[in-house]
Amino acid sequence: MSSMVVAVELNKFFGDFQALDKVSLEIEHGEVLCIIGPSGSGKSTLLRCINQLERIDSGAIWIDDELIGFRQEGDKLYQLNDSEIARQRLSSGMVFQRFNLFAHMTVLENIIEGPVTVQRRTKSAVIPEAMALLEKVGLADKKDSYPSELSGGQQQRIAIARALAMKPKLMLFDEPTSALDPELVSDVLSVMRNLAKSGMTMVVVTHELGFAREVANRVVFMDHGKIIESGTPQEILGSPKEKRTQDFIAAVLA
Amino acid sequence: MASVDSTISIPPAKYSIAHLHHQPRRHYGRWLAAALIILALALIVKAFAQGQIAWPVVAQFFTAPAILSGLWNTILMTICAMALGLVLGVVFAIMIMSPNPVLKYVAVFYIWFFRGTPLLLQLLLWFNLALIFPTLGIPGLFEMRTVDFMTPFMATLLGLGINQGAYTAEVVRGGILSVDNGQIEAAKVIGMTRLTMLRRIILPQAMRVIIPPVGNEVISMVKLTSVASVIGYAEILRNAQSVYYANNRVMELLIVSAIWYLVVVTILSIGQHLLEKHYAKSQGRRDTKRAAAAEAEGA
Repeated sequence: MSSMVVAVELNKFFGDFQALDKVSLEIEHGEVLCIIGPSGSGKSTLLRCINQLERIDSGAIWIDDELIGFRQEGDKLYQLNDSEIARQRLSSGMVFQRFNLFAHMTVLENIIEGPVTVQRRTKSAVIPEAMALLEKVGLADKKDSYPSELSGGQQQRIAIARALAMKPKLMLFDEPTSALDPELVSDVLSVMRNLAKSGMTMVVVTHELGFAREVANRVVFMDHGKIIESGTPQEILGSPKEKRTQDFIAAVLA
Repeated sequence: MASVDSTISIPPAKYSIAHLHHQPRRHYGRWLAAALIILALALIVKAFAQGQIAWPVVAQFFTAPAILSGLWNTILMTICAMALGLVLGVVFAIMIMSPNPVLKYVAVFYIWFFRGTPLLLQLLLWFNLALIFPTLGIPGLFEMRTVDFMTPFMATLLGLGINQGAYTAEVVRGGILSVDNGQIEAAKVIGMTRLTMLRRIILPQAMRVIIPPVGNEVISMVKLTSVASVIGYAEILRNAQSVYYANNRVMELLIVSAIWYLVVVTILSIGQHLLEKHYAKSQGRRDTKRAAAAEAEGA
């Protein structure tokens, strides 16, 4: 496997608060990486820097050897403009904690919006693909519903389908089950599990240690903006070396 | 359990209720208020019936050509000025939210100036523009005399439209701010540029917040067009005045105008109600029941 994402010494500040502290990370093609850690540890920020919802203050990120967010001229990095950033974002799909389906569009309209408006593909080509994706997440019968008519679990599965409709190389999940009622979590996780099996490269920020244990190739534990340790699920969740990781896992499982 | 306990512990005689009847409360105050208001209304109707109003004249001029053409001009000006106001409102709302300080402060100045001076004064400024700029145009390309360009129609359109834009900008800004940040992030991550996002996601959702106040402003605009009578734009009030200068039926023609304004405003109010219903779809309260049903049926 070769590296898809390479992040080197990322720093991110929100005012005086340092959200990322010299974070370096590589993600392999086809890898499923789970990032765990207490709230405020910087795991969501890391994810949001990868698709440029946040701008890094220093460091650099490459996706498939393309520098993200900047153009290099000599030793200087120049920020990219709006449309170049928009183009780079197409390489990754993102799923949010709060779903963020477009509230004024039906389920089908949500899914075809990106392919039709951004990728300029024809509706007749996109709709069959969208229906196949809806089939895959088990919600083909909801294609004409509005998001407000759906449960959280249904909305999140639609959000996954919407991200996949753009055919990204990388899927980013930002606590995708944290806003769900407990009984709705398993449907979303099973969609994600199938996606992992299909070979999609995935970065998942999650509190679902069971999912991480079962699906992840690698687990990263973050705290206070730093990567404390990373390794296989067995290593990190089974026999963590660092005291902070041990405390966190004990607290989550308690 | 509880019912078994209570049947045992309550002495039957004391709590027997078979002979008791609920009586509605009597609202003497409401009856009195209604009676007084009906009396007052009766007096007003009587006054108008006996007053020196020639109702046949009202009926006669209700559909007179001068009145109808004035009505048409009122409607035309409402549409044109409102359209100009909306376009300017959207543009300046976006400018005022821009990170670019030049755009932002130009918009701030625009809103400050046009909300800060009376509409009638602005109308007179436009109409008399020829006093300071005798010609308009781009030097070398084309030029025209300001008096030819600044007809009562143009002066009214610019005055009302630009003034309206200053108010609409604030309404549109409020609408844009009401859109959840999550919607904007979702649009960004599917690769939308700022302009696409504005057109496809932000403005359609902002509409729900923008429509009710803009509806109100369309209704105000219908009536505001009457100030254009001052600079000679032939809207309904101006034409009614022209008629009563000739025939002296002042009240009758004012009543004709009033009735027409009420007709137009009533129709617009119904339209506004329908529009609000349209934009409330997909986000309205009616959906909560169906969402609960979906939740119950299991995700």
